[in-house]
Amino acid sequence: MSKDSVKGVLISPILKNNPIALQVLGVCSALAVTTSMQVAVVMTVAVMFVTAFSNFFVSLIRNHIPSSIRIIVQMTIIASLVIVVDQLLKAYAYDTSRQLSVFVGLIITNCIVMGRAEAYAMQNGPIMSFWDGIGNGAGYGLVLLIVGAIREIFGAGSFFGMQLLSLTKDGGWYLPNGLLLLPPSAFFIIGLLIWALRSWQPEQNEIPEFKITANTKSGEAM
Amino acid sequence: MKALRNLLDKMEPHFHKGGRYESWYALYEAADTIFYTPPSIAKTTAFVRDGIDLKRMMITVWLCTFPAMFFGMWNTGLQANLAIDAGFGSLGGLRESFITLLGASSYDPTSMWDNIIHGATYFIPIYAVTFIVGGFWEVLFAMRRGHEVNEGFFVTSILFALILPATIPLWQVGLGITFGIVIGKEIFGGTGKNFLNPALTGRAFLYFAYPAQISGDAIWVAADGYTGSTALSMAFQDGMATLQQNLSWWDAFVGVMPGSVGETSTLAIFIGGAVLLLTRIASWRIMSGVMLGMMATATLFNMIGSETNNMFAMEWYWHLVTGGFAFGMVFMATDPVSASMTDKGKLVFGALIGVMTVLIRVVNPAFPEGIMLAILFANLFAPLIDSLVVKANIKRRVLRNV
Repeated sequence: MSKDSVKGVLISPILKNNPIALQVLGVCSALAVTTSMQVAVVMTVAVMFVTAFSNFFVSLIRNHIPSSIRIIVQMTIIASLVIVVDQLLKAYAYDTSRQLSVFVGLIITNCIVMGRAEAYAMQNGPIMSFWDGIGNGAGYGLVLLIVGAIREIFGAGSFFGMQLLSLTKDGGWYLPNGLLLLPPSAFFIIGLLIWALRSWQPEQNEIPEFKITANTKSGEAM
Repeated sequence: MKALRNLLDKMEPHFHKGGRYESWYALYEAADTIFYTPPSIAKTTAFVRDGIDLKRMMITVWLCTFPAMFFGMWNTGLQANLAIDAGFGSLGGLRESFITLLGASSYDPTSMWDNIIHGATYFIPIYAVTFIVGGFWEVLFAMRRGHEVNEGFFVTSILFALILPATIPLWQVGLGITFGIVIGKEIFGGTGKNFLNPALTGRAFLYFAYPAQISGDAIWVAADGYTGSTALSMAFQDGMATLQQNLSWWDAFVGVMPGSVGETSTLAIFIGGAVLLLTRIASWRIMSGVMLGMMATATLFNMIGSETNNMFAMEWYWHLVTGGFAFGMVFMATDPVSASMTDKGKLVFGALIGVMTVLIRVVNPAFPEGIMLAILFANLFAPLIDSLVVKANIKRRVLRNV
C-alpha cells in the first residue's frame, strides 16, 4: 500500500474527494457550527487534530485489533482524543467552547473520523494515515470555513466578529439576512457548493436516473 | 400574419443544433409559441379527449387570479388612502409623479380611480420585478438545459407577487423569486419535477430571512408611520370580540381590510376559483379537503375552548375569510405538480393542509398565519400519501383475487 504519496493524501480530500461535498459525511455538525467564522475555525482545528491522531493511533495497532471488535477499539481511541480536545478548549478558550457546546463532544460521532479510521488507517501505515487524517480534516474544514464566511458576512454583516457591512439597525445600509443565522441555510449553501463543485468536476456526479430530452425539430417530435 | 410565420420559419434553423444561435433556442421557442400553437401535435385520432394542454391550463390559472389582483390593487390603494386621509404621509418617491400624472394625487379614499391607481403603483413594480428577475432565471436554465421555457412561470410569478405585502422592498422581491425559482424548482429539474410550490418557497425564504418586512403590524398599509394589525393578529392579541367590533364578517369576506395584496378578498378569489373548478383545472378534491380539514379542526378548538388563547374561539367562517386561507386553498394547494396525484391522496393532502393551517394559527404563538407553512409541509408529504394510496389499492386488489 505504498502507492499513495503524502501530497496525494493531503490534496485529494480537499476538492477531488471532499468528505462533505462528495461523500456527504459530517453534514450535521456543519449545520450547527458555521454561524460565525470563529467557531468554524476552532471546529476545523479540532476535527483535523482528532482525525489525524485517531488515524495515526489506529494505524499503529491495526495489526493487533481483532476484526470483530475493531469498531469499539477505534471508538475508544477517538473518544479519548475528543475528550482531550474538549478539555483543552474548556481550559484555554472557554467562550468558544461554550458556543460549540455539545458539538465538540459529538466529533466522536462524526462519520468522517470513523470513516477514515475504518477505510484508510486499517490498511495503511501510521505516517500516511496521519497525513490522510490531516487532509480529510482540511477538506471538512474548507467547507466549514466557506459556509461560515457566507453565513457570518451576510447573516450578521461581520467577519471574525469585526463589522464589515454597516447594519440598518445602526444606521447603515445592510439589512442582515435572518435565514442565514438559522441552521437550514447551511443546507442550502452546502447544496449550492456541491452543485458548483460537480459542475466544475463532472466526474464527481452520480449516474443520473433519467435525462431531459434535448430540444427537437418540429418534425422529430412526432 | 403570414409574414410573421415566414419570418419565424426562416429564423428557425439557426436555433437548432449546429445553428448559429443554438443556445438561444429557448427564447426562440418561447416567442414562437406565444404567437402560434406548437407544431408538435398528435396527428392521429389516438388519444385526444380534450384540446387542453399545459399552456392553456397555465394561462387559465393566470387569468383566474385577475379578480383577486384588481381587487387587491384597489384595496391596497384604499387602505393607503384611508390612512393618508387620517393624516399619515404617503410613502412618496418616484411613485408620486406617476400618481400625479394619472390624476390620482388627491388620495381620496372614496374615489375608485384614486384607489386603484395608488394600489397599482405598489403592485405593478412588484409584479414587474418578479417577472423580470424570475424570467431571467427561467430562461437561463432553459437555455443551459436545452428545454423550453415553461408557461408555469406565468402562474408562479403572479402568485408570488399577489402574496406579498404592498410595502415590501423591491430588492427583496427579486431575491425571493430567485430563491423560489432556483432552489424551489430549477435545481430539481424544472416544472413538473419540483416537489415544493415555487411561489411559496420564495415567500417562505423572505419570511425567515427578512421577517420585519413581511410580518408584524407596520407593513400592511402603505402609509408613512401607520401601524395596523391584520385581522388574524388582532384576533390573536385582543380576541374575537375586538375583531368583530372593528371588522364585520362581510367586510372580511369582500376583503376590505389590510393584508397581502391579493389575499384579502375571499370573494374575488372564489370567483377565480369557481372558473378553475368549472374548467376542472383545479382539483375539487384538494379544495374540499382543505376546507373540511380546516372546518373540523376549527370546530374542535371552538369546543375545547381556552381561557388564555383567544384564537381558540375563532369560528371556521372567520378562519375562511382572514389571512391567506382562501388564496392558499384555491391557488396554492391545487398546484398540480407539488400536490398529491391520486384521487384519495388529494383529499388527504388537502385535509392535512386544512388541519395544519388551523393548528399553526391557533396553537403556535410565533406565527399568526399558518397556511404558507401548512402547504409547504403538505407538499413534502404528497409523495408519501400517494405511495400509501397506491399500496393500499394494490393490497385490496390482491385480496380480491385470493
